Amino acid sequence: MFDNLSDKLDKALHVLKGHGSITEVNVAETLKEVRRALLDADVNFKIAKDFTNTVKEKALGQNVLTALQPSQLMVKIVKDELTALMGGDVAGINLKGSPSVILMSGLQGSGKTTFSGKLANFLKTKKTKKPLLVACDVYRPAAINQLHVVGDQIGVEVFSDEGNMDPVDIATKAVAYAKQNGHNVVIVDTAGRLAVDEEMMKEIENVHRALNPDETLFVVDAMTGQDAVNTAKAFNDRLNFDGVILTKLDGDTRGGAAISIKTVVNKPIKFIGTGEKMDAIDVFYPERMADRILGMGDVISLVERA
Amino acid sequence: EKSKTTFFDKLNKAVAGKSKVDDSVLDNLEEILVSSDVGVTTTLKIIDRIEARVAQDKYVGTGELNKILREEIAGLLSEIDSGNATDFVVPKHTTGPHVIMVVGVNGVGKTTTIGKLAHQFKSQGLNVVLGAADTFRAAAIDQLQVWADRTGVPIVKQEMGSDPASVAFDTLQSGLNQNADVIIIDTAGRLHNKVNLMNELTKVKRVMQKVITDAPHDVLLVLDGSTGQNAFEQAKQFTAATEVTSLAVTKLDGTAKGGVVIGISDQFQIPVKYIGVGEGIDDLQVFNKFEFVDSFFK
Ligand SMILES: Nc1nc2c(ncn2[C@@H]2O[C@H](COP(=O)(O)OP(=O)(O)OP(=O)(O)O)[C@@H](O)[C@H]2O)c(=O)[nH]1
Ligand SMILES: Nc1nc2c(ncn2[C@@H]2O[C@H](COP(=O)(O)OP(=O)(O)OP(=O)(O)O)[C@@H](O)[C@H]2O)c(=O)[nH]1
Ligand SMILES: [Mg+2]
Ligand SMILES: [Mg+2]
Repeated sequence: MFDNLSDKLDKALHVLKGHGSITEVNVAETLKEVRRALLDADVNFKIAKDFTNTVKEKALGQNVLTALQPSQLMVKIVKDELTALMGGDVAGINLKGSPSVILMSGLQGSGKTTFSGKLANFLKTKKTKKPLLVACDVYRPAAINQLHVVGDQIGVEVFSDEGNMDPVDIATKAVAYAKQNGHNVVIVDTAGRLAVDEEMMKEIENVHRALNPDETLFVVDAMTGQDAVNTAKAFNDRLNFDGVILTKLDGDTRGGAAISIKTVVNKPIKFIGTGEKMDAIDVFYPERMADRILGMGDVISLVERA
Repeated sequence: EKSKTTFFDKLNKAVAGKSKVDDSVLDNLEEILVSSDVGVTTTLKIIDRIEARVAQDKYVGTGELNKILREEIAGLLSEIDSGNATDFVVPKHTTGPHVIMVVGVNGVGKTTTIGKLAHQFKSQGLNVVLGAADTFRAAAIDQLQVWADRTGVPIVKQEMGSDPASVAFDTLQSGLNQNADVIIIDTAGRLHNKVNLMNELTKVKRVMQKVITDAPHDVLLVLDGSTGQNAFEQAKQFTAATEVTSLAVTKLDGTAKGGVVIGISDQFQIPVKYIGVGEGIDDLQVFNKFEFVDSFFK
């Protein structure tokens, strides 16, 4: 699919080449290909449309500087816009509370439990914190065991209350336990839930209200398609979360969901997951993500060839 | 329901008495399909087919277009998706039990789907054996054990960290000895671009054949219904490693539509067998292509 795209972009950029300035006519084909690249990367349909319109406005009438071909100018505009959209500064994590409480949220299988472990490990080894992991997924078969195994792997204590079906109660007890035992960070793992599951959304809202977390994180699979906007919006409406975690970026997905989510909720992407192991965690770099989504490596080499 | 009527109303109005579907309708159709994760390539293919069909048959009446649309989209789904299968059928083999190997990327719903399948087969009175060949993920074996207990079927397992091929081997041997009807092997989630892990899967498959020569009879690739275009690459790489024979699409109880499987089924000629519609033991259905297509327009 991407080879096909490269061919088309090649042609599209060829049209631009040799024109002195960018006009409605000579930019149309390129914009169509940019839009298509965005859709192939799973950027939301409407957001891709708006994005190409913005790029068009920026591009129209621009005189081509001596140093740049029109095509190079277009690529630059697209990339700058995308990077700007993705958020400038690297966003940190708020650890001011005592203890600081971090609440995980997200769909089923997005990587919450794994990321809880990674974050605990990161805070323990890089920030010399003493985290406590809390098992509030009372539904998924062996979810509590899973967190215990993860905790053992990284040498972080796990608070669980087997048989207790009330996540609010478990979380509240865990915070009290953390205070008594000198844990300065509490990371609360929760069950996966769909945004349309009213009962489950109420549940996490209740946990959120009871804990008043310093950080509420929305964990999302980087392979997510068009539905990313619906889910991110629904979770944000209920939890007003502080940041996004993008997992499974060790795959070959373009990860267009990142743009969709950023556009819809305007919250920073704080960390990315790049593997199943406990050290596969990285901070988020907007520019790298922009490159990845557009397959910028390909596009830039095309322009250089042209 | 509202947008469904709106779309079909528009479609009907726009083509009434014409032999060409007008652009605004096609734009609208494009938006619906792309927003259902059908993908640009497949969407354009569908639009071409509809244009061709309308130009040829002319527009006959209300409801006709609706039918054309469903037929053309469903037509891309592999022939084997009859659209009216209602049962969880298990074929018989002279070599022994029917062996299903379940594969897919991380967190898509493999283990849960196995639990639900075991329940379906068990309630038909079949003897089911599960094999816990995900020896990597934290508590993966415990998770399958919970499903085995829930459904009341035996499970074959080893320690966490042991060789998955060895677990699969043991499971097939045990299933053969017990005269099982169905064996289902769980495997660890793995991203399709990790060569070593994909090779491991090929090995698991090969080792099974030492016990039952034609096993596995079904390699079920589980796709998460909320996954976008990357599912294509998943289908491609898992097929290369294990010759996938059927698909299951999970998490369709949410707002995601899972449209990417249309292109996958079309390109790789792999039928969609099951859909997951919840986390409960009964939340697995046999795939129905017309219902699936209709869900895009809801
Ligand atoms: N390759 C890769 N796999 C990941 C990553 N993060 C999580 N996983 C895997 O994804 C699967 C699901 O991860 P979990 O942490 O169990 O997800 P969850 O959100 O807690 O799932 P539920 O509790 O069922 O909602 C597991 O197989 C993890 O090993 C990642 O960054 N890369
Ligand atoms: N809503 C919903 N959730 C599902 C469905 N199928 C699975 N899940 C949930 O998705 C999460 C992951 O499911 P698993 O069965 O553990 O997925 P897996 O593919 O075995 O994951 P790994 O072994 O870690 O790769 C769990 O929380 C399941 O309950 C479904 O059809 N609908
Ligand atoms: Mg979990
Ligand atoms: Mg599993």
